[in-house]
This record gives sequence, structure tokens and C-alpha cells, in this order.
Amino acid sequence: MFKSIELSVGIFVGAGLAALFMLAMQASNLSSLSSDGFYEVSARFDNIGGLRVKSAVKVSGVKVGQVKEIDYDSSTFEAVVTMQVEEKYSQFPRDTIASIFTSGLLGEQYVALEPGGDEKLLENQSEIRLTQSAMVLEQLIGQFLFSKASEEKDAPF
Amino acid sequence: MKALINMLTRLGRGSLFLIKILAGIPQLFLRFNLVIRQVYSVGVQTLLIILVAGLFVGMVLALQLHYTLTTFGAEDTLGLLVDLSLVRELGPVVAALLFAGRAGSALTAEIGLMKATEQLSGLEMMAVDPIERIIAPRFLAGFLSLPLLAAIFSAVGILGGYMVGVDLLGVDSGAFWSQIQAKVDFYDDVLNGVIKSIVFGFIVSWIAVFEGYDCVPTSEGVASATTRTVVHSSLAVLGMDFVLTAIMFN
Repeated sequence: MFKSIELSVGIFVGAGLAALFMLAMQASNLSSLSSDGFYEVSARFDNIGGLRVKSAVKVSGVKVGQVKEIDYDSSTFEAVVTMQVEEKYSQFPRDTIASIFTSGLLGEQYVALEPGGDEKLLENQSEIRLTQSAMVLEQLIGQFLFSKASEEKDAPF
Repeated sequence: MKALINMLTRLGRGSLFLIKILAGIPQLFLRFNLVIRQVYSVGVQTLLIILVAGLFVGMVLALQLHYTLTTFGAEDTLGLLVDLSLVRELGPVVAALLFAGRAGSALTAEIGLMKATEQLSGLEMMAVDPIERIIAPRFLAGFLSLPLLAAIFSAVGILGGYMVGVDLLGVDSGAFWSQIQAKVDFYDDVLNGVIKSIVFGFIVSWIAVFEGYDCVPTSEGVASATTRTVVHSSLAVLGMDFVLTAIMFN
């Protein structure tokens, strides 16, 4: 009698741990996190838009890391974004361009790295010099209306 | 005023009782069979209701969310929404409520009846501490079972959501899982849910064994103690859930 109780308790505990394992591996990001080391690079932007900690860092659309920290430098009035990039993708030239893009029309924002042609490579804790800020939708619309208005003024009626 | 004093007295008695239970737990590792027997009656026998409820909650969530999401053309995020709501809130909370109804009430009734039929005083006469022998194994079993039950509830619920979302409503299977794996964080979402269920397991088991031990030893007293267990532990779970959510997901 007690043996069968032990067996069913064993099955129960096993099922519980299996459920936790499934939540960890299949239903969360644990399987996609790399266990390799990371190295950090930072970049300065005039405007980071909706970028947040843990936003993706992508190269050619492939996720290679994530945003670790976002800070504001009050002496230069710029945002400082620190990124963790996986160790295995450590071959970035020094003149790599970091830009903030939006996935989809209204999707979330991510940092896109575009490798340049320099022979020297980015090292741990180094800074990316060439950056392009996030597009702010209101500014875009504002610019569009402004150029539209000036066009109409110049139009030869 | 008198009611307030009564309430505070009960709270104090409950806290002292909890300390005695916690002091009795190390002894249990010498007689772990007692705990296994209780995990069977508290955990294993609650498993069926948790499985069925989890499956249906996941399926209903998928149906309801799909209806709203199609109006924005965002059906691909269905898996993410089902997963997040189950792992963060519904898994721990609904599992705890079902646990209070299925296992907590049984614990109170059993202990209360032992008190009413003077089995507890009988043990004391034989110099066996009833808290160590009867209460502590039940408390520990409840405390250990609920996190496992909540994890099973969430996992089954996600599978239910998958069945309805992908097989019935035609959401893309790849999008379902990839959205989940991209956005659900193991530490922030899954582990916080597990911490919630550990806290709920502690609260529900504590209330259940205390109400049983503290009941008026008559059939009426056992009945009202059982009712109080379900009502108080449900309210405590919901209240604690608000506090924990405010701390964790701020």
C-alpha cells in the first residue's frame, strides 16, 4: 500500500519538475540565452526613442546581444547605451555604425549594428563612434508637413 | 472593540502556532514517510482538478484573447499573452484557490475532527507532540505541493492555449512559440511566478492547519472552521497577490 503511495508521489513530483522544466525551456527565453560570455560596447545617441533595457541588438537582422544599461550623460546631453554582445560575435570593425530601428511599423525598437571596413576590431568596453538616433514619428510627420507647406509656397501658380 | 481584540488574539495564537510548526519541521526529516503520505493526500489527489482547470483556463484564455487580437491583426502574440497571464498571475493564483478549496478544507476538517474526537489529546497523553506528528507533516506537504501544482497548471494551460489557438483558430505554430521565447523572461516572469506560488503555499497551509487545530471541538465548530479556511485563505491569496505583483512587476 505504502509503495503505491510513494510511487504516485514520485510521479507527482516528477510531473511538477517536468512542468517547471517545460516552462523554463519551451515557454521562456532561457533556451535562447547563450551561456557563452558577453563583451560590452557602448554607444551615444541624441535620442533613443523607445529603446529599453533588454531590447535586442541585431546585425543583419540576427540577434547577437541585448541592451544592458541606458544612462544619460548630462555633460554632453546624450544617452549612453551599453550593450552586451555574445563573445562568439566579436569580429566587429571599429567603424561599425549603431542605429536605432523599429521592427515593423509600430513594433518595438532595437539597436542595429552595421559593420564598417576598418581592420581594427571593437574591443570589450569600447565605444561605437558612429551612431544614428531613433526616428520619432512626430518629428517625421512634422518634417513632412513642413516640406509640403514650403513646396506649395514655391509652386508657380 | 471586542471583535478586534479577538481577532488580534487569534492572529497572535496563529503566529505562535506557526513558530512551533517551523520548529517541528527539522524533526520530520527523520520520519519523512509522514510527509510523503501527506503529499499524496494533499498534492496527488489535487492533481486531477488542477489538470482539468489548467487546461480549460488556457483554452478559454486563447479563445477570448484571439477574439480581441484579431481586431488589431495581432494574433501572433496570442501565445505570448496566454503564457504571460498564466505564468505571472493565473497559474499561481487559480492553483492556490483550487488548492484551498480541495486540500486546505480537507486538512482543516481532518485536524478539526481529530481534535473533536480527542485524538490529539490522546497523542499528548502518550507524550507524542501532536504538532510534530500531525500538524508539521501536513503543513510541509502543502507548502511543497503548491509550487509544483502551480507549475503543472501553467504548463497544461499553455498546452490548452496552444490546442485552441493553433489547432482550432489557426494561429501559426512557429509564431506562437517564437513570440513566447522572445518575450517571456525566465527570471522576471517564470521564477517570480514560482516565488508567488511558494508564498501562497505557505499562507494556505498555515491557515488550514491553524483553523483545524484552533477550532471549537464540535461538529458545528469543525464545519465553520472549514468554511473559514476556504474564505480566509482565498482572500489572503488574492490580497497577497496584489502586494507581490506590485513589488515584482513594478
